[in-house]
Order: sequence, then structure tokens, then C-alpha cells
Amino acid sequence: MSTTGKVKGIISNLVIVEVDGPVSQNEICYIETGDAKLMAEVIKIIGVNAYVQVFESTRGLTVGSNVEFAGHMLEVTLGPGLLSRNLDGLENDLDKMEGVFLRRGEYTFPLDENKLWDFKPLAKAGDTVEAGSWLGEVDENAQSHKIMVPFVIEGSYTVKSIAKEGQYKIFDTIAVIVDAQGKELQINMVQKWPVKKAITCYKEKPRPYRLLETGVRIIDTANPIVEGGTGFIPGPFGTGKTVLQHAISKQADANIVIMAACGERANEVVEIFVEFPELEDPHTGRKLMERTIIVANTSNMPVAAREASVYTAMTIAEYYRSMGLKVVLMADSTSRWAQALREMSNRLEELPGPDAFPMDLSAIIANFYARAGFVHLNNGATGSITFIGTVSPAGGNLKEPVTESTKKVARCFYALEQRRADSKRYPAVNPIESYSKYIEYPEFEEYISTLIAPDWIAKVNEMKTLLQRGKEIQEQINILGDDSVPIDYHVTFWKSELIDFVILQQDAFDKIDAVCPIERQNFMLNLIMDVCRADYQFNNFVDVMDYFKRIINIGKQMNYAEFQSDDFKKYIQQLNELLAEHQV
Amino acid sequence: MATKAFQKIYTKITQVTKATCTLKAAGVGNEELATVNGKLAQVVKIMGDEITLQVFEGTEGIPTNAEVIFLGKAPTLKVSEQLAGRFFNAFGEPIDGGPEIEGEDREIGGPSVNPVRRLQPSELIATGIAGIDLNNSLVSGQKIPFFADPDQPFNQVMANVALRAKADKIILGGMGLTNDDYLYFKNVFNNAGVLDRIVSFVNTTENPPVERLLIPDMVLTAAEYFAVDHNQKVLVLLTDMTLYADALSIVSNRMDQIPSKDSMPGSLYSDLAKIYEKAVQFPAGGSITIIAVTTLSGGDITNAVPDNTGYITEGQLFLRRDSDIGKVIVDPFRSLSRLKQLVIGKKTREDHPQVMNAAVRLYADAANAKTKLENGFDLTNYDERALSFAKDYSETILAIDVNIGTEEMLNETWKLFSRYFRVEEVNIKQEFVGKYWNQ
Repeated sequence: MSTTGKVKGIISNLVIVEVDGPVSQNEICYIETGDAKLMAEVIKIIGVNAYVQVFESTRGLTVGSNVEFAGHMLEVTLGPGLLSRNLDGLENDLDKMEGVFLRRGEYTFPLDENKLWDFKPLAKAGDTVEAGSWLGEVDENAQSHKIMVPFVIEGSYTVKSIAKEGQYKIFDTIAVIVDAQGKELQINMVQKWPVKKAITCYKEKPRPYRLLETGVRIIDTANPIVEGGTGFIPGPFGTGKTVLQHAISKQADANIVIMAACGERANEVVEIFVEFPELEDPHTGRKLMERTIIVANTSNMPVAAREASVYTAMTIAEYYRSMGLKVVLMADSTSRWAQALREMSNRLEELPGPDAFPMDLSAIIANFYARAGFVHLNNGATGSITFIGTVSPAGGNLKEPVTESTKKVARCFYALEQRRADSKRYPAVNPIESYSKYIEYPEFEEYISTLIAPDWIAKVNEMKTLLQRGKEIQEQINILGDDSVPIDYHVTFWKSELIDFVILQQDAFDKIDAVCPIERQNFMLNLIMDVCRADYQFNNFVDVMDYFKRIINIGKQMNYAEFQSDDFKKYIQQLNELLAEHQV
Repeated sequence: MATKAFQKIYTKITQVTKATCTLKAAGVGNEELATVNGKLAQVVKIMGDEITLQVFEGTEGIPTNAEVIFLGKAPTLKVSEQLAGRFFNAFGEPIDGGPEIEGEDREIGGPSVNPVRRLQPSELIATGIAGIDLNNSLVSGQKIPFFADPDQPFNQVMANVALRAKADKIILGGMGLTNDDYLYFKNVFNNAGVLDRIVSFVNTTENPPVERLLIPDMVLTAAEYFAVDHNQKVLVLLTDMTLYADALSIVSNRMDQIPSKDSMPGSLYSDLAKIYEKAVQFPAGGSITIIAVTTLSGGDITNAVPDNTGYITEGQLFLRRDSDIGKVIVDPFRSLSRLKQLVIGKKTREDHPQVMNAAVRLYADAANAKTKLENGFDLTNYDERALSFAKDYSETILAIDVNIGTEEMLNETWKLFSRYFRVEEVNIKQEFVGKYWNQ
């Protein structure tokens, strides 16, 4: 018999329930109130009192209301049909909810029970299988969606029978497996998994090394992220976090993109809903929405659902990774998630840590980032979750707890900067503060030298040194004045400006410049570095500025032109003519 | 609030603080309203049979034997067309001497809109102020605050925006408004002859601060009535949200809650989000746009109130007194309208995005030149041109007393470009340069 209870106390969305049996931490329960059952999660237990955080408004709830405990933690349903869905933080299908306003206690199943899927078996009777083994596949928006042995089972099983190729619904039995004792298990296309536990049905998790192309130059060229890598984008509000994240999710070379809008502005979520169905995947030519799942939790939805949403998104990502797919997961913003943690910790009257965040904030963040990664599955295939989170530090202060905790665990750091944004240098990623740890991996260097060019990393480092030098010179000019530094210094400074304007800056709202394939990035870096490597002769610093502004203008026009088009070639010719003027 | 027959009256209060009182009662719902000796109160905490009530007016003079009556419902507002042209207090009662409103009783602070049912905002709200229309265009369905120090003329700018915006209804929520500012709004609306499309809910500094907590929900319930039931375009003005947040912290402090950052309650983000997310473009055509004021202390945006506000709203507008021209401008650096991308170059002229960016970039160059000047360095010819540009740009474009159309703003900016710069210094797409340079 399952545990039940009665409401004893209510403080906003924290409800105290007196229970009549065993309960477990993070167990789900349903509280009866008038017309609805409110879902809640146990977050603390003291004696017979379970403290539960309710995922919905508690208005009108009275003491003495009945509570039923579900006997499991917050789970998501996994199966074919998740792609293209707009889910909320608790995995409800938002499109199935009627009415303009959300109704309390309305929960909708995320999958379609009646749709027929073309099933193809991959395993055969007699095969030995374990959790995560592929039994068969269905076609889900051109992705091979694997039907797997449920992640929850332990030990090895033998396939007794498997369905023939044909059309099946998600709850039809597609395989029967038996364990060593002869106990049979019927398997359909649906399984459930608790969101706060990682899915670890893989053989090993080596260091990731394959470039994940995003089409954003300041990432791919300057600070590359890899398949299965982790990165984070901190920045004060207004510096372009969301635009950058959207650019990555639109352009990343991935099979599946999951966007966790965690406590996000509803109008920005709408932007994804409206834009994605229209946009084409630059890599396949199909609609972007076909490979996208949106987990949308707008900022006014209850705080507990906000906290759950990133876990829901990560669990779905792990599910698709287990199929050998390349998944990109974006969370905007992890600060709002941390704020949700803070709010609940405060409500529980826990003693606050730095900035009133819970003491274990950094452990929670570290644990969450650790769920990303590149894996070798048990059958030899590979899969990955590349995770990029945004952080919104108060007033741009990168010393606050969420940024600091994230910096310790994420391998790529894309520091958005107010000053860059003010002068409309977008993406406003500070090229000197930002880094990618992957550049230091020998396995990455080997991979990238075959993919692009053997001297690629050397050239990128040369570019970064020049940027650094340019910044130092700018500081000297600010202290000493234009006249007091040698003309050479001005030349070097303007070379760094050229790199900034033509390589680092990119117009996310221009049809052509928005996406820059790696081949084009290679071409542009070579071109600009050739300009930078040359020596120039000038009479005074004003000439240097005028001259480089003309070069920059040509470079920018090139970025707006179709790669290798007539216009593009015309600009190269103009550039060459210009270079001849002052080059030594 | 009149009592009804057979209502249970409680008379044993066990605990009284400055804002709350606690008593034993049964069958009470969370967030339910009550009266304590006739003063309106709301249930904020239930612990067994102990009910804690937040008394909006404050608990001065409340005795332990006060009469407490539970009303069995959350706070409501009577909604109907009669709301138009009227002034109300935080409880939705008329304060203009006019008759009571007849209409449907609606619970305030209702549920949120399903994000998949929202439409993408796409209509420009023109204000005639270039710092807004040119650089930070507003869109209906958006929510945006003015971040301003208390000495800045934010209420005047808001009143101007309200009058120039093409809205069917304007709903003003005044929280801790000084009596002078309240009368200012009243006068401006009256003189413009638009009072009949304005609804105001006002809590002045003369009223108890805790009452302010009801204002935003009252305002937004009225806004939803006009936007949903009548498909109207509603513009909501909230001033000042910092005082609203202060009231939140007063209540949480008096309930002995552990304070979170900057003495604000831990739920500040959720509390603010519940209000701001009511901004929406409904599929049937109605919309709610929210323009709010968040006052800052010495320009500090790291404080929990502006910080949380910035997370939730779609941008922010900063006002700044420009010493070069002696006028207030909308700061082009720190201001931002996130939704402007949905209208600029689409609902406005094609060159809008590039002109806007180029002008702000050149304005940044002028700021650098100014630093140089202040440090005693010689300026280059470019620096001097940038400085002249910036001054003209502030004077003829950014100043908040300029009132021109968006196309005129663009033309003016092009004129400034060609007056002070060469084409290659402006970095604009060739096709626009060909079309608009020296026109």
C-alpha cells in the first residue's frame, strides 16, 4: 500500500505533509485541492513530516487536504515522438493543453499513443542484452531512434522474441527478454527515468576531442567547443547571451538540439517557437524544429518546476545520446536555476551561503555539468552531449557564486563583456578573457590538424597573441597618448582591430554573415593573418588608422558577401590593391 | 467590508507583529482574504490550526480580541467597462468620489499564459523619443523598465510615452507615488483629454506600504479584462517597482523569514516574474505591454531589485543627464530593448538596424576621445570629428524632448554621418550607403 498523508502547513509553495508511512527524499506526491491534484516533490523529511515543494500555485489549499505519494522520484517518459515537442519543465506537452491560460493541475502526456511507427529490429532472438542495448529502431524525423532495453534493469538478459519489421504503437510489445532465472520482461517503446539521476548505460567516457562546428567564428576559430564538451556563457544582461545561444542552437552540427528555457522570458521562448519551425538546418536542409526539443519553463511558472526543467532536459539528452546521437543541450539560464535553488533553500530556512545561495550550490552545478560528455556505448558506437549554459551574473560581476562554481567545471568560457556590447562589437565575447581548454588536448590538436590544416592551432595562437598585444598597446596609448608611442605600435594595434572587426565580430542578424562554415573561417583567418604578418610603412599614426579602416571596411563587406561569389572576389582584389599601397 | 450572516467570527489573536497577526482557525485556504477589525488582511502562512494574516494597512491598534472574519476567497477586482476613466486604491475601491463599479468579481493574480498560445510581439510602439524609437524600439506585448535614479524625470517620460503610444487603454499602477506625482499624472491625462481611456490604481506615500503589494495584480487583472475580453491593446505603467519590492521585504522581515540577497525575500525573482510575465500578445489581437520604473540607488544595478528585474524584463531604458548638451537623454550604451529586432528594419525602414548600430559605435568612439581629452592628450582629427558628431547626435536625436518620426530620425542620423565621417569610417552595408548617403 502506498503512503498517504494530510496537509499540515502551507507557506507559499512549501507544504508540510504529515505522512502515514515511509516516504523518500525527492519522492513525488499529489495534493488534492478542490478541482485539481497538485504535483509536488519531497525536499526534506523530519519525523512524520514531509516538506514538499509544490510545482503549482497553492492558492486556496487548506490544512487537512489529502496527499497521495507516488512511490517514485520525478520521472520523465522517454520514447519516440519527443522531437519537435514543446514541453514544460515537468515534461507536459504544452500544445496539448487547451486554452490561453495554463490550468492548475493539468498534466499532459508528452508522447502520441496512437501514432504508428515503422519499426525495424536490430537484435534477434538469442542475443544477450543489458540496459541500454539497442533492440530495434524507428525513424523519428530522419533520426534513427533506437528502442532500447530499459535503463533501469540490472544484469544481462537474453532476447526471447522480437517483433518483426512493421508498424507499431509506442505501447505495443516489441520484444520479450528473459533473465538467467527465466523471468520474462515485455518491452515496448516507452520507458521512464528519474530526472535527478544520470543515465550511465555506456562503456566509457573518454576525453572529448571532435570539433563541434557552430558557425560562430569567435567560438570555432578562437575558442572551439567539442562534441561532448561543456561551456558556459556568462554576461551581464543585454550583452547578447540569448542571441549567441540561439545562434549556436540554430547552427550547431548536431543530430538533436535541446533547449532548456529555464525561468526564461516568455517572449524569448515564443521567439524559438515561432522561428525554429521556419528555419532550415544548415547541415541537412531539413526544418530545424525536426531535430529540436524545447523544454520551456517561463519565469512566472512556479519555482519548483523551474528547478526541475534543466534536469528534465538533461535526461532527455542522455536518452538520445544512448542511441549514438550527437546532442547539443543549451540551458538559459543556469543563474535562474540557481535562483530557484536559492528560493527553496530560503523557504526551508537553511542557513545561507555566499550571496544567500545554498551551501552546496557548487556541488550541484558540478554534478549537473558532469552529466554531459562524449561516450563509447557498449556496442562500440559513440554519442555525445555538448552542454552550454548561460550565466547571468549580477551587474556583470564574475566573482559571484554561480559564475565561480561554473568556471570550475565548464571547459569553455565565453565571457560576454559590457564594454564590447556598448560599442556594438558582437558577439560581445571578450577574446582575451575567454578560453577553451580543449585547445590544450593533444587529441584535439591531432583531430583539428587533419580536419582543417596542420598549422591551425599555431595560427590561432598567433592571432590571440596579436590581440593581446593590441590590447596592451591600447592601454599604453591611453596612458601616454597617440604621439608618444612608436608608429609600429599603432600598426600592431590596428592589426588587432582588423582581427576583431573581421574575424571576431559577426552579424547574427545578417543572412550570410550569421553562419560561417569552418572552411570559410579557415580562408578568412589565413587571409587576415597574411595581412597581419606583412610589414607596412607609414609616415604618421593618422595614416595608419585611415589605412586600416579601409582594410577593415573591405573585410566586413566580404563577410556580408556569399563565399567565393563575384562580389567576394571583387573585394579580395580591392584588398590586394590596397595592400600594395603601404606594404614594404 | 460588510459581514454576512452565519460567518464565524474569531476573537483570539495569539500573536501580533507590525504587519501580521496570528490566530487559531480551521478550514482556511492559502491566500484567502480576511478582515481584522475591519482592516483587510490575507493568509500568508498556515501551520496546523495557526493562521498567519498579513494586514495590509498595518497592525497599529489591533487588540488580541480583534474580530477576524475569513472571506473565503482570494482578493478580487470588479471588472467591467466602467473601470475606464476611474481612479482606485489598492483594494480596487474608487478614490475619485465616483460611484462603485458594477461588474464581474475576478480573482487577481490569476494563472499564466501557456507560452505556446502566445503570439510573437511584432507591432512597433512609437514614442517619438529617438533614444527609444531609434535605438531601443518598443514592441507591444513587451515588458521594459526605466532604470533611473530618483532625481530623474522618469514619470514625465512615462507619461509622454503613454500619451503618444497608440493604446486602447492605459492602466497606471502607482506604488508609493508621492501625492504630487499622482496629481501630475492626473493632470497630464486630463489635459490631454484622454482620461476616458485611462484606469489608475494608486497607492501614495500617505497609504500604508504593505497595501502596495496588491497594486500590480489589480492593474494586471484590469489589463487582462480589456486585453482578453475586449481584444484591446493595453499599456500598463508601473511606478515605482522598487517601492513594491521594499514592501515585499517589509512583510518577509516581519514574518521572521531569513533574508536573501540585499535583505529581499528569497522569492523576489518569482514575485517580480509573476507581474512582468503578464505582458503578452494574445492570439485574438489584444495585448498587454508593461513599462515600469525601477529606481536605483546611485546607479547601482547589482542590487537585487534591478538585477532580478533585468533577468525578467526584455531590456531596460536608462536616463542620463548629458552635461555636453544639458539635457536628459536615453543612454545609448546601457539601454536595451530585446524585442527591437522583431520590428527594426521590418516594420521600420530597411536601414534602421545598421544605422542604429553605426551611430552607437561612433558614439562609443567619442566617449573614448573624451577620456583622452580628460587625460590631457592631443586629439586626432578623427577624435574631434567623433566628438562633434556625438554632441549633435545627443542634441538632435537622443534628447528626450525631441519628438519626431522614426524615418526622420534615420534621415537625421545619415546627415550626421556624412557631415562628420567618410563612408569607410561608418561601416554600413554598401547597398544602404548607396541609397541613403548624402541624400
